Amino acid sequence: MSHTAIFRIWRGDKGEGALQDYSTQVNEGEVVLDVLHRIQAEQENDLAIRWNCKAGKCGSCSAEVNGKPRLMCLTRMNSLPEGEPVTITPLRTFPVIRDLVTDVTYNYVKAREVPAFQPPEGLKPGEYRMTQEDVSRSQEFRKCIECFLCQNTCHAVRDHEENKEYFAGPRVLMRVTELDMHPLDTLDRQELAQEELGLGYCNITKCCTQVCPEHIKITDNALIPLKERVADRKYDPLLWLGSKIKVRKDAD
Amino acid sequence: MSDYEKLSYDVVVIGAGGAGLRAAISARETGKTVAVMSKSLFGKAHTVMAEGGIAASMANVNPKDNWQVHFRDTMRGGKFLNNYRMAELHAKEAPDCVWELESWGALFDRTKDGRISQRNFGGHEYPRLAHVGDRTGLEMIRTLQQKVVALQQQDFKATGDYESGIRVFAECTVTKIFMTGEGDNRRVSGVLAYWRTTGEFIVIETSAVVIATGGIGKSFKVTSNSWEYTGDGHALALECGGSLINMEFVQFHPTGMVWPPSVRGLLVTESVRGDGGVLTNSEGRRFMFDYIPEVFKSQYADTEEEADRWYTDPDNNKRPPELLPRDEVARAINAEVKAGRGSPHGGVYLDVSTRLAPDVIKAKLPSMWHQFKELADVDITQEPMEVGPTCHYVMGGVEVDPDTTAAIGVNGLFCAGEAAGGLHGSNRLGGNSLSDLLVFGRRAGIYAAEYVDAATTKGWRPAINENDVTEALEWALKPFTMTGGENPYTIQHELQEVMNDLVGIIRTEHEMTLALKSIEDLTMRIAYLNTTGGRSYNPGWNLALDLPKQLLVSKCIALAALTRQESRGGHTRDDFPMMDPYWRKVNLVCTVDDGELVVEKKSLVSMTNDLQALFDEVELGKYMTAAELETAGQG
Repeated sequence: MSHTAIFRIWRGDKGEGALQDYSTQVNEGEVVLDVLHRIQAEQENDLAIRWNCKAGKCGSCSAEVNGKPRLMCLTRMNSLPEGEPVTITPLRTFPVIRDLVTDVTYNYVKAREVPAFQPPEGLKPGEYRMTQEDVSRSQEFRKCIECFLCQNTCHAVRDHEENKEYFAGPRVLMRVTELDMHPLDTLDRQELAQEELGLGYCNITKCCTQVCPEHIKITDNALIPLKERVADRKYDPLLWLGSKIKVRKDAD
Repeated sequence: MSDYEKLSYDVVVIGAGGAGLRAAISARETGKTVAVMSKSLFGKAHTVMAEGGIAASMANVNPKDNWQVHFRDTMRGGKFLNNYRMAELHAKEAPDCVWELESWGALFDRTKDGRISQRNFGGHEYPRLAHVGDRTGLEMIRTLQQKVVALQQQDFKATGDYESGIRVFAECTVTKIFMTGEGDNRRVSGVLAYWRTTGEFIVIETSAVVIATGGIGKSFKVTSNSWEYTGDGHALALECGGSLINMEFVQFHPTGMVWPPSVRGLLVTESVRGDGGVLTNSEGRRFMFDYIPEVFKSQYADTEEEADRWYTDPDNNKRPPELLPRDEVARAINAEVKAGRGSPHGGVYLDVSTRLAPDVIKAKLPSMWHQFKELADVDITQEPMEVGPTCHYVMGGVEVDPDTTAAIGVNGLFCAGEAAGGLHGSNRLGGNSLSDLLVFGRRAGIYAAEYVDAATTKGWRPAINENDVTEALEWALKPFTMTGGENPYTIQHELQEVMNDLVGIIRTEHEMTLALKSIEDLTMRIAYLNTTGGRSYNPGWNLALDLPKQLLVSKCIALAALTRQESRGGHTRDDFPMMDPYWRKVNLVCTVDDGELVVEKKSLVSMTNDLQALFDEVELGKYMTAAELETAGQG
């Protein structure tokens, strides 16, 4: 059940490089990452690939397969057209370190700008009570494996390097929604999302949702609700007034 | 000679999984500066692969649970070879560690009254595993990662620098721990590491190192472990004068995927069985009823009817034998396949589709549903899975002081998590790993920080010997100068075959002798490794540096396994099939003496009387000699 395939792999570093063709064996049931490992073991020991679990759980092996952002460990060979070369290129939005490995520091820097979970004062560990229904909403977002495919795909930064400074990307904004929907979190990050993390750059084209290997509905369940909450506050005259004259919380 | 950057931290934590991050957090909370060394990106450590849950006797689901029951289960699971003190601390401290995660933002699944839900698992008497569906490890690593970030945010406010308190060195591999001084005054003085991205070196001066590097599973062909699991910490500890215990005990998880070949070994969580999945052979028989060992007869059901009733009425029925400890289930599956009653691809069937509704399966086991659908075209809500044993975990590791995690024999070295030995004895229960990481990760950070304080007041902060740095750098760059033509990937593949075929689930003297000979040959051949390309992100070179560590640790496993002439937990000898009370009192300790690997016997410390009183004498009689029981009774 084996056949021979041509893999066209981008090789190079610091922006300099080119596609190179490799002919290799492909066996039944294999994924793209298996084939790259074979090329690495047999032909090019120094072929740079980033991977860990090979099970779709760690989000390390993100790359572009025939131009589509994918996890290489979840891309089965039989899902690609047989007989045609398979083109593998590094994620386009991030600077290349070498071959298929990119510098994803941007994502970690932006994540650091979101203030952490803040529980109510005086609530001791062990005393937390939350219903399953209430935690389920944030749990969807915590399925995120940080493969950064959404960050790579979002057109606000994919071909707009200049926007990176102002836009944190879907992964990071989803984290804001996750904390916003956490039943016991006490911090308000909505203004931060709008003013500092660039929520306005998102124009809900759902590209992020389409590439999410965890099938998280990033746009519908995280980004749109966040936009709605921010907009409600911005345009609701009572809330606006409240924020200006510091109405006591228990009065509203 | 190569250049390097020189840095200085109070504590260096090697490994950024559950144990490493938990250690870093507690060291930082005492005000120490901490470097976290991670072979991968931040948040990708092997902990993300853990599925089932964190074992902690919070008693949220069954009020009868408490630390004593958890302790008892852990000792039984390890066939009484555990370091009793570690098992005691672990059972006592696990609940607080889970609640602490919740206070850092973790969102566990809930009970109806809003507490953390707990699920059944093999060897645990009550539902005990805090979980998030079947992605608990991801929740844990993300929570710890975000806690580290929260501390960095505090540091940023105070100093204007996010990395002034904790710095995570992502994709940075440690190759050497430096020691300085002689005799009792020989102490940790620093580490050498290289950035995988650039290939450049850094030397970090420190007085305390925490090893939290995980396991050794990448030395086996069929494994659930990632490329990182090359036994780095085990080898680093040996090389700087530490000792390893229990290395013969390797856990083969009973249920790994068997098809397609490219995913062979990938983990199928024990939660499938905890939630009602049953194992059957090609004849449709629930064969686990045929494999209940004598020591567990009183706790497991004899009939399918009773086993089925247990799911709804656990107080009045015994548990299904599918939930026996992992070593028992793995051996049973192995035996069924050998007897010709296996599935088409050489496993057995694990079926949850006939027992739970499709929407329940998708809610409780989302990753499993996803994994089988995407990788094997199998819909587990409609059809059974094919599963077989896969190398999953090493019980053995660095010999440590149970309270402080200080490595025996090495001043300034600490160790926690899978890299440490003792807690799990001869076999680990599912769910006891994540709790281990938290309990002993926390302790490692605290006691490493305490050591740093002592080092500061007593002047134990020796400088790194420059010659040692030069030597370590030369060693690390050697593969670029070799022309022998050996390919590192070929050698690694051969080692994986040797360990899998000759030091696997069932072992014999003859095969292990062959394995040791092969490991010797491979060790000779790594002197001729060829590295092509440059130093920047070069996996071939990186593997060339991991291989000597893998070979050293594999040799420990084979040598200890050859020495232990009995079968117990994760060590099964075809030529010594019974458990032997003599060997229950013995730990095998590996050290490197003058470049030679040595295995020695060491007596296991006996349980205190109050802990021993938690077991009835009939049960203890199955493990201990009459003389031992008598002595304990008098003590």
